[in-house]
Amino acid sequence: MTVTVSMTLNGKKVSADVEERTLLVSLLRDHLRQTGTHVGCDTSQCGACVVHVNDRSVKSCTMLASQVDGADVLTIEGLAKNGELHPMQEAFRDNHGLQCGFCTPGMVMSALDLVANNPDPSEREVREWLEGNLCRCTGYHNIVKSILAGAKAMRKGG
Amino acid sequence: MSATGIGAAVRRKEDYRFLTGNGRYLDDISLPNQSYAYFVRSPHAHATFTVGIEKAENAPGVIAVFTGADIVKAGLGGLICGWVITGKNGEPHKAPPHPLLAVDTVRHVGDPLAVVIAESYAQAKDAAETVEVDYQPKAAVTSPTAALDNSAPQVHADAPGNLCYDWEIGDKSATDAMFNKAHHVTKLELINNRLIPNAIEPRSAIGDYNSGTDEITLYTTSQNPHVARLVISAFVQLTPEHKLRVVAPDIGGGFGSKIFIYSEETVAAWAARELKRPVKWTAERSESFMTDAHGRDHVTHAELALDKSGKFLGMKVSTVANLGAYLSTFATCVPTYLYATLMQGQYTTEAIYCEVKAVFTHTTPVDALRGAGRPEATYVVERLVEQAAREMKMDASDLRKINFIPADAFPYQTQVALQYDSGNYAGSMDQALKLIDYKGFSKRKEQSKAEGKLRGVGFSAYIEACGIAPSAVVGSLGAGVGLYESAEIRFNPTGNVTVFTGSHSHGQGHETTFAQLVSDKLGVPFDNIDVVHGDTARIPFAMGTYGSRSLAVGGSAISKAIDKVIAKGRKIAAHTLEAAEEDIEFKDGNFTVKGTDRTMDIGAVAFAAYVPHNYPSDELEPGLDESAFYDPANFTFPAGTHACEVEVDPDTGVVDIVKWVAADDFGNIVNPMIVEGQVHGGVAHGIGQALLEGCQYAPDSGQLLTGSFMDYGMPRADVFPDIEVATQVTPCPHNPLGVKGCGEAGAIAAPAALVNAITDAIGASNITMPATPEKVWRALNAAG
Ligand code: FES
Ligand code: FES
Repeated sequence: MTVTVSMTLNGKKVSADVEERTLLVSLLRDHLRQTGTHVGCDTSQCGACVVHVNDRSVKSCTMLASQVDGADVLTIEGLAKNGELHPMQEAFRDNHGLQCGFCTPGMVMSALDLVANNPDPSEREVREWLEGNLCRCTGYHNIVKSILAGAKAMRKGG
Repeated sequence: MSATGIGAAVRRKEDYRFLTGNGRYLDDISLPNQSYAYFVRSPHAHATFTVGIEKAENAPGVIAVFTGADIVKAGLGGLICGWVITGKNGEPHKAPPHPLLAVDTVRHVGDPLAVVIAESYAQAKDAAETVEVDYQPKAAVTSPTAALDNSAPQVHADAPGNLCYDWEIGDKSATDAMFNKAHHVTKLELINNRLIPNAIEPRSAIGDYNSGTDEITLYTTSQNPHVARLVISAFVQLTPEHKLRVVAPDIGGGFGSKIFIYSEETVAAWAARELKRPVKWTAERSESFMTDAHGRDHVTHAELALDKSGKFLGMKVSTVANLGAYLSTFATCVPTYLYATLMQGQYTTEAIYCEVKAVFTHTTPVDALRGAGRPEATYVVERLVEQAAREMKMDASDLRKINFIPADAFPYQTQVALQYDSGNYAGSMDQALKLIDYKGFSKRKEQSKAEGKLRGVGFSAYIEACGIAPSAVVGSLGAGVGLYESAEIRFNPTGNVTVFTGSHSHGQGHETTFAQLVSDKLGVPFDNIDVVHGDTARIPFAMGTYGSRSLAVGGSAISKAIDKVIAKGRKIAAHTLEAAEEDIEFKDGNFTVKGTDRTMDIGAVAFAAYVPHNYPSDELEPGLDESAFYDPANFTFPAGTHACEVEVDPDTGVVDIVKWVAADDFGNIVNPMIVEGQVHGGVAHGIGQALLEGCQYAPDSGQLLTGSFMDYGMPRADVFPDIEVATQVTPCPHNPLGVKGCGEAGAIAAPAALVNAITDAIGASNITMPATPEKVWRALNAAG
């Protein structure tokens, strides 16, 4: 059976008809061709798929598409404005917080949720917050640095 | 140094697209009319089987179901191993068939035996459930030492005793003589635990057939698309090389696991032609666990002979290496030429002998993984040295220092085939001692003790052979290919530049580093340079990325092409400026007549080359587009010392890494930011191996017990300390850039350093990786 899912995606109203069992990540990637959100596992562990639903970070591989009907969804594609990186994205670039870039969208989206709730996190808090995000390239060292720098830039930016 | 030239920490070109979700990884690609493949895989480690596909063929959405028999009927060959090892007996290694899809026997959990292709992925997966496989399970063996047992189940009929080869290197009798006169012998039994690579992007492929041109395009997660094309053409015999294009777009990490040629991509390419439709396959993570080639898995007995003063007289190493069920593409060279040849370490050990038995087991194939052989070698050497220091009651850093190859002894011929080109081992050790404040260690140990904690310090003075590799040398050792690299520098008429390189980038930042190189040497603005890689239709024939070779070999190819551009530019400028060629100087992008202000920038030269109205047409061709191949004269030898301090909680056995310092020598450095990042990632991989990771099979059933991120100890952010990175520069004397390579150093150095620190803390002579709290606690209680 198909269902119609309507939502606001990165500020735009969109809708799609999908099979009932479709996951949110598949709605984004396969149906709406927003491929910035990645899939790295099948057990909800890697965090490559993190997006925001109604301002909270979720693993989009763990939600049904139908659950976001009527919701406000933000993905990595929605962060930069007019070609200008969001301060958190800029911090990742400036601190070499990414190598292959595959975990990066999830890392950035996850970091933004942390900072929304804890604008001035400690290094330990960042490391613990990233429990649900795996990276094989960076050893997390520069990801942690990036998130701390991004949080700082966001505090300055008001 | 300019802001974007050699030596500058330039921010990466590739990051904007990755940070905005505009990377184009394999699974992001979808082709019109694409179909989806799902592989039927063995749930048994060893079984014979028959297969029925009728039900699946009739399931909703199914386009085709293919089995091993169909592959045989199509006349396709199997997968190959590209490096032949000659054993002690003078015979080549055993290379049993490695079918794309198993025909009547499966040999490891996850071994593919059929593929279902359907309109949607869900339909393919659903239909795969209805493929009827009648398995006759057989006894399986997963441990490499057990596989050598007379009574062990046999993996292949044509590899008796499960032996692939029994190989040796070094002078056995000279080594025995050293042991006979030794004052002390240190012995260790070491296990190098099996690792699962787990790049965060799963492997993926799309086959696409153009019936008009009879060309197959294979999009695949490859670190070396030309090697994939060569193997799939020449050995699998899918189609001639000029009819196969292999594209490896943005790749989400490789670490070696994406070097190899796998069944799934090959089947996707073939099936696309059979069905005249694109066929896409993307691994689920559980498939990655079962089928990405694993790493390490050695069982070793090692001995070090010392004289009274602590000088290393001899080393004897005997290793059993697990190769898994089939030979993966480069499996055989890893426990031999990438391993035993590094037993010299950084030391003047006078005689060395190493023998390696490589065996088949009912497990996933094992091949190169970040470091590949060199982490295993460093683990042997550096565990032995540290243990010897303890047994001889000498300081571990002092013992190393009296045995280091002196900085003025290069080139240094080792006892195990390699010739080290340059180095300053004592320099790195001193740097590490300072950074970790070794002098203050005993005080910190006291403090920890007062808090009920056990503190330990450990070193790893590692060396690696990188910049792989001189073709003639590897050819004489059994490699089936040359290991040069290619590059092309193409000026466009308007003066901007496209650099084509064979070195694939999947996180290493080549698009930035190589642009820095070209910008620095040719004076073209950094932003006007783009680097292209990963497409056999665009780049020259190339060997790809592995073995920390991209800058040392690929960068050197670029450097050669740069020289050719300058040479041609000089001729063009001489003509235009009406001067003799010898009088033209090239600097900062300008060709100038010596001692005058008559000058022409390289953009103008490029324009003149493409619009040759006033041009030396009788002696020069138009255009400014130069290519080069570079075959290295030797390996490069990055080296250094890593040191770490740990605190162990004796009540729980939990290890806390409190400090990590990396003192490395990578030769010249183009982008220090990227180099540091590579060290961080490598160290994390090594810490993962030492502390958390370890692939486990159930010994009886051969079931993979660590088949998901829930069961396998992937390192997470909260495991790591801050990693302090320092470098010293001893330039590589034989490549034009003086560079050595940095991608694997951390993974090579780290396990020994960490295990040395843990055993120091708990006062044990040994502990098996991964040093989980349980193992540490048990060792502590056994030792105490
Ligand atoms: S894809 Fe791994 S957590 Fe969602
Ligand atoms: S940057 Fe490659 S997985 Fe994180």
